[in-house]
Amino acid sequence: MGRLIILVLALAAMWLLLSGYFDKVLLLGFGVASVLLASWLAWRARVLDSDSVPAAMFPRVLGYWFWLTFEIGKANIMVMRQALAVEPKLSPKLFTVPNPPRSTVGKATFANSITLTPGTVSVHVRENEILVHGLTDELADEDALKAMGERVARIEGRPA
Amino acid sequence: MIGWELALDIVSWIVFATGGVAVVVGALGLVRFPDFYTRLHAAGVTDTAGAELMILGMLLQAFSPEYDNSWQIAGKLGLLALLQFLLSPVATHAIAHAGWMVGFKPLAGADLRYEGDGE
Repeated sequence: MGRLIILVLALAAMWLLLSGYFDKVLLLGFGVASVLLASWLAWRARVLDSDSVPAAMFPRVLGYWFWLTFEIGKANIMVMRQALAVEPKLSPKLFTVPNPPRSTVGKATFANSITLTPGTVSVHVRENEILVHGLTDELADEDALKAMGERVARIEGRPA
Repeated sequence: MIGWELALDIVSWIVFATGGVAVVVGALGLVRFPDFYTRLHAAGVTDTAGAELMILGMLLQAFSPEYDNSWQIAGKLGLLALLQFLLSPVATHAIAHAGWMVGFKPLAGADLRYEGDGE
């Protein structure tokens, strides 16, 4: 029930943001009807779970995204330096890192964070570990990636 | 004393220029890096720094006085930035994973050799 209310509020906020109508009664009525119809269909199809409405991750995930932005910035500079270098010093390698989050959303968040950071791409996600391709030794820092995984495990909230 | 509009223009043009440099450098890396997997990393620069800085520059422009619905424009651009943030790694992973599943071997080590190549 809590998830249904969160979904209704999130869809309503999305509708208001994209349409920008606050004072046209007929259009607002259509908006309310479409939000309620979409939420009812999601409830009826039984897809309201921690995967589709990951409410437990908020608000801590916002701080994580903020931290991740700076990590991405740092990694971007390192990859751009290699792309511009007269002789790029690449030493690509494949390695595995543990995937500590328990929920599927947490696991996906960690794998996406690895891919989003330039210099590391998650190639294959298994149950408890991720196969990562790293561009250089400096970028493919296994300890830093382990620390990132533990950070995701801390912010993912209680297991569903 | 510089006005609000000029200050906004200066900051957003710096952001646009930085984003443009990131896009060009990402494209350059895409051409220069040696194999499929290393090229994905160069594409990552365009995906993150390039696209996000461009959106940030547009977001700053939304607060220029010529628009009277600044907050709505900014909100929509923020939503776009979030979608890019969430969806671009999914696309990159889909490509990398597809390459891995069909058996693309990555170059390895500082001397860029395929694993198992004798010499």
